[in-house]
Amino acid sequence: MDLFDIIGPVMIGPSSSHTAGAARIGLVARMILGEDVVHAEVGFHGSFEKTYQGHGTDRAIASGLMGFAVDDPRMRDALRLAAEAGMEIHFHPVSIRGAHPNTVRLELTGVSGRKLEMEAASIGGGNIRIRSLDGLPVDFTGTENTMIIQHHDEPGVIAQVTGVLAENGINIATMQVYRHRQGGTAVMILELDGVPGGKTLQQIRTELGVKSVQFLHRRIG
Amino acid sequence: MDYTLREWVDIAGNEPLSSAALQAQMEESGEDAEGILSRMQALLQCMKEAVRDGMQENLKSVSGMTGGQASRLFRRYQEGKAYCGSLLGKATAYALATAESNACMGKIVAAPTAGACGVLPGAILALLEEKQITEEEAVHALLTAAAVGVSIATEASIAGAEGGCQAECGAAAAMTAAALTELGGGNAKECTEAAAFALMNLLGLVCDPVGGLVEVPCVYRNVGAVSVAFSASDMVLSGIHCPIDPDEVIQAMKEVGDALPGSLRETGEGGCAACPSVCRRKS
Repeated sequence: MDLFDIIGPVMIGPSSSHTAGAARIGLVARMILGEDVVHAEVGFHGSFEKTYQGHGTDRAIASGLMGFAVDDPRMRDALRLAAEAGMEIHFHPVSIRGAHPNTVRLELTGVSGRKLEMEAASIGGGNIRIRSLDGLPVDFTGTENTMIIQHHDEPGVIAQVTGVLAENGINIATMQVYRHRQGGTAVMILELDGVPGGKTLQQIRTELGVKSVQFLHRRIG
Repeated sequence: MDYTLREWVDIAGNEPLSSAALQAQMEESGEDAEGILSRMQALLQCMKEAVRDGMQENLKSVSGMTGGQASRLFRRYQEGKAYCGSLLGKATAYALATAESNACMGKIVAAPTAGACGVLPGAILALLEEKQITEEEAVHALLTAAAVGVSIATEASIAGAEGGCQAECGAAAAMTAAALTELGGGNAKECTEAAAFALMNLLGLVCDPVGGLVEVPCVYRNVGAVSVAFSASDMVLSGIHCPIDPDEVIQAMKEVGDALPGSLRETGEGGCAACPSVCRRKS
């Protein structure tokens, strides 16, 4: 958290939790998916479920999924614009045990057929927290330079990835590793002090066991 | 950056709270002072535009419940009739204009949230026009306000869904009181005491939006909160000390927020939202 998380973001009203935070969740999800969204199932939990229409949370999620920034006035018309762009989007209530009152579960399908399931909470002031990715519990905010690597759980993958970052002089601030089971799919969340170049990302993508690499630049949207 | 109010005071030493905030932000982001100040300046500009947008007479929200009321309040101020006087009279009109712009899906600066976005700009912009503080002083006051907001967000919450309106308009009033206190010549400790007074005076404020919309009572609470901020700051600048440790007031706000039933935490089910004359307006 820093001063600009408190004074800011510049956003479209009416609610930092329900519009700015929701738009940022949509935007982060779209970036992790790494391609245009063609189908989205959006589950609203808690306060989100009770008030999403009045607050325009549905429009905000759609706006983020379209890749619009949180202060983009097109948010008001995002449902129509999403439909025109060929994005099918459905909203429904969900109940997630122990989840933050403003939580959303997204099930996305991208233009190439790629899928992503993500749960995130809008925790106030437009700030967010990603709580699960493809069923794995995670915990990051997207406000730092964040690298999300989906990979196979096998010896050496972490060493390869951190090795590439070391070679390129990029310091790792925090690191989280989760897996479904031994030898199964796993995810690494690395918060970085620097910004890896395209070449570095490409180098990591080609490492053995790595399935996908996405990078979220600090303070997107 | 997760400093308590006491830590901010320690870091500031003999310097104003805004200097400590600027220093901490430089360390946190690696940016230089000039970059940070120019980003804050841009936010100040955005606040001015939101007041302008919200002052339009024909403004209406989608629900039709709010919009266009700030211009009425401003006219009363212009006619010299406002009980609140020239400074607070203008601040309340500006706070309402910003909050109504937000309700009408206008572009605003969250401070610390959108629901409470009118309080801080209302006070700072009125002061800028009425008391001839410089733009630079206004920008520094925003840093002070943000520092207090960081402590509240860290120690408690700034989400109405978690802590009720005390966490939104209460936090905004606390931030604003600190900013006003620095502009009035108060030291860092006095800024935190003013913040504590403001938060104390709004403790227990519930989040009860009619129809679940950020309109009623939200836009009017921005007006109330800016008044609380001015009086809190005046108390401290007059030499009155807050008898409770400011961080403990934040802690109390968290405990009160945790004790609030779900119906009074942004669900639109209790409080004002349940009043028969308005509760037919379900979202």
